[in-house]
Amino acid sequence: MASTVRRAAVVGGNRIPFARANGPYRHASNQDMLTTALDGLVARFGLQGEQLGEVAAGAVLKHSRDYNLTRECVLGSRLSPSTPAYDVQQACGTGLETTILVANKIALGQIDAGIAGGVDTTSDAPIAVSEDLRRVLLDLNAARDVKSRLAALRKLRPGQLKPDAPDNAEPRTGLSMGEHAAITALEWQISREAQDELTVASHRNLAAAYDRGFFDDLVTPYLGLTRDQNLRPDSDAAALSRLKPVFGKRLGDGTTATMTAGNSTPLSDGASTVLIASDEWAAQRRLPVLAHVVDAETAAVDYVHGEEGMLMAPAYAVPRLLARNGLALLDFDFYEVHEAFASTVLATLAAWEDADFCKRRLDLDSPLGPIDRSRLNVAGSSLAAGHPFAATGGRIVATLAHLLAERGSGRGLISICAAGGQGVVAILEAG
Amino acid sequence: MTDRYRSFTNSRTGRRVASRLGLPRPAELRRYQPGEPLLPGPALLTATGNGQLSEILARVLDAAGVELHGVDDGRRRLSAIVVDATGVMGVADLAEVHATVGPALKRLQPSGRLLLFGRPVTDAGSTGEAAARQALDGLMRSVAKEVRAGATANLVVVDDGAEGSLESTVRFFLSGRSAFVSGQSVQVAARPTSTNDSPDWVRPLDGRVAVVTGAAQGIGAAIARVLARDGARVVCADLPAQGERLAEVANEVGGTGLQVDITASSAPDRIAGHATGRHGGLDVLVHNAGITRDRLLANMDAATWSSVLSVNLEAQLRINDGLLRSGALGAGSRIISASSTSGIAGNRGQANYAASKAGIIGMVRAAAPELASRSATINAVAPGFIETDMTASMPLAVREVARRLNSLRQGGQPVDVAETIAWLAQESSAGVNGQVVRVCGQNLVGA
Repeated sequence: MASTVRRAAVVGGNRIPFARANGPYRHASNQDMLTTALDGLVARFGLQGEQLGEVAAGAVLKHSRDYNLTRECVLGSRLSPSTPAYDVQQACGTGLETTILVANKIALGQIDAGIAGGVDTTSDAPIAVSEDLRRVLLDLNAARDVKSRLAALRKLRPGQLKPDAPDNAEPRTGLSMGEHAAITALEWQISREAQDELTVASHRNLAAAYDRGFFDDLVTPYLGLTRDQNLRPDSDAAALSRLKPVFGKRLGDGTTATMTAGNSTPLSDGASTVLIASDEWAAQRRLPVLAHVVDAETAAVDYVHGEEGMLMAPAYAVPRLLARNGLALLDFDFYEVHEAFASTVLATLAAWEDADFCKRRLDLDSPLGPIDRSRLNVAGSSLAAGHPFAATGGRIVATLAHLLAERGSGRGLISICAAGGQGVVAILEAG
Repeated sequence: MTDRYRSFTNSRTGRRVASRLGLPRPAELRRYQPGEPLLPGPALLTATGNGQLSEILARVLDAAGVELHGVDDGRRRLSAIVVDATGVMGVADLAEVHATVGPALKRLQPSGRLLLFGRPVTDAGSTGEAAARQALDGLMRSVAKEVRAGATANLVVVDDGAEGSLESTVRFFLSGRSAFVSGQSVQVAARPTSTNDSPDWVRPLDGRVAVVTGAAQGIGAAIARVLARDGARVVCADLPAQGERLAEVANEVGGTGLQVDITASSAPDRIAGHATGRHGGLDVLVHNAGITRDRLLANMDAATWSSVLSVNLEAQLRINDGLLRSGALGAGSRIISASSTSGIAGNRGQANYAASKAGIIGMVRAAAPELASRSATINAVAPGFIETDMTASMPLAVREVARRLNSLRQGGQPVDVAETIAWLAQESSAGVNGQVVRVCGQNLVGA
């Protein structure tokens, strides 16, 4: 058992460009995309035939046949088939959570190198039979004689044939993610203008990063797509302001809806991977160390009983992480706050700036913020790139690690909200 | 892409039809396979007059396991005819070359080799000697057009003192590596410093780090494969937009992929940083990336002109300059640049492309002395008609004609270009510098 811990290094990352649902990756499976992202990482770092400590990845929308998705992807990749793998699922926190898992094992000396990642497709989604039909079929399968088989079959009804496709409604509230976010947006009085402004910045920042070659070492094209399909480099507030609200239309007096298809992330397909290792492992292979994983924290809130907004958990996770590391919210050079919805980012920032919230909910004497907004999502984020749920964490970790390596010094904060009222946050530090 | 005509004329029926009708019958060329002997059969090694290379050539061929005969018995089938013509002093001596080569040619096996060795015209002792030396070139080029069944003829011009630098070149021209190189004259200089004297001829690039631009497909991918097969660690570079295929090639050859736009000002640093950072150095730089934007010059806009010049020529100049200045390309390094027969002969609709490819030749010749002073070399290969996706998209009739317009009556394969580059990349090819080697099966275009 290791008696000391060492810092895990982010060596680099690879992802495929993110596509909009039913776009160019329409017929690509989770396994196709994650295998391709892994192989791109192998090519970038010359890992052909390499046996790594582990590969941890996952998907939110998953076919039942994909129970061993990540292991199957490893077997289909150019990595050594003796590399173990397992699946993780923590909604949109999956990609960051796998990073934390792999980094922790490295920190403890249990493994020397591993890959974290995630993948999601909203196009090649699993479609299940209805719950009623499923019961009939199970009974039929269990029936031992003709009589009981007929009895089971008698329960068949035409209405049961309607397939059960996944939707993004929360099981306990029946509300979609967007509706939950709209409640929070209204509560924090997040304006339409501010949301559109954040959206424009995301598109402009992502486009500028592509243009300066920032993603040359981060993204490998796939199925003809060379940049994120959702990216609109010429996005502007005037165009965004013409979009009709889609979420929160039944809230308040009906005029307060602010969330549109523009300032919300679209359903997306994509995969991302991050190579994490000990400094020694990287040095032995002459691989770079872009950044180190400092610490991470996960929080959850009770959104079911209305005590907190469903996507507000990071607001709680971050102060706990800061306190444990003796840091202030202002001690960061980069803030990577996942843009599930523009309003989510703005509500989180507003909460940290709100003395009352910080006092009552976080038990802090003074507010955490405001942060320097010029340090927020400087290479774009999910509003522009798209958001294939489990792939977002890996995108953000690799992007932040590259930003820190470019800068040569400094510290970055990652904050990702997830379904189920959860939030995963982490700190990276330059090499 | 498959050459259906060649396949047909090599079938039983096709052979009969072709010979009845007097149609050309392109041969299946002998191509290099690791582990195969240098030559499938015996070689005749003769010298004219006071030839000075017989001993060294005998030693090289013997070391390569070639069954060697100094005298032609008039019956034996030959895989190669090797003639040391360095003793040719005047026109009269050429008769001796004729007397030995002529009869032996009749017994040259399929994919056989005529390899002549001469001295440079530039340092001949007299005008008569210079004339005789140059005459060998014409003889060689004509024989290259006369030999059949995939045989080739080439001339190696050996500088004074370069006798010890010949081995890699002799091996290249006799082996299947030079399958599509014919009618060429290559000069070998005395190598500046002694490099590795007992190279591993199965993995001649063992331990070397090579960067190949345009490696995602076609000829570039073939270069990456051949360099890796010969032992090099290959950095496969291509545009970010080509990344998907690039990753496949990098994984196939066990190298690394580098997504880089060679025209970007940061390209030299990124290439050097990747090669030295990841692999500890940069020994071989292959400039293969290139584009075509065909238009008659009268109809060509400025952007069409400059995009081709920028990618095909300016980027190479900038990268060479950057890597040489920073020392990333150090002693013993090799630069090999892709030119084209279009750059030698010109091509209708390709003024921009031909200008860029002719520019490569100028670059290589001008930079050679500086590279030599660093114990490095710079050379160009000029492919002719090579079977790639690009040529596969040509109209059928144009493609069929273009394929047959060379002495081997067929298009070359990407691997033929790659093999030539791999030879120039070897440490033991230090004496080959500032050369432009055509890989064109002696195309009629561009001489």
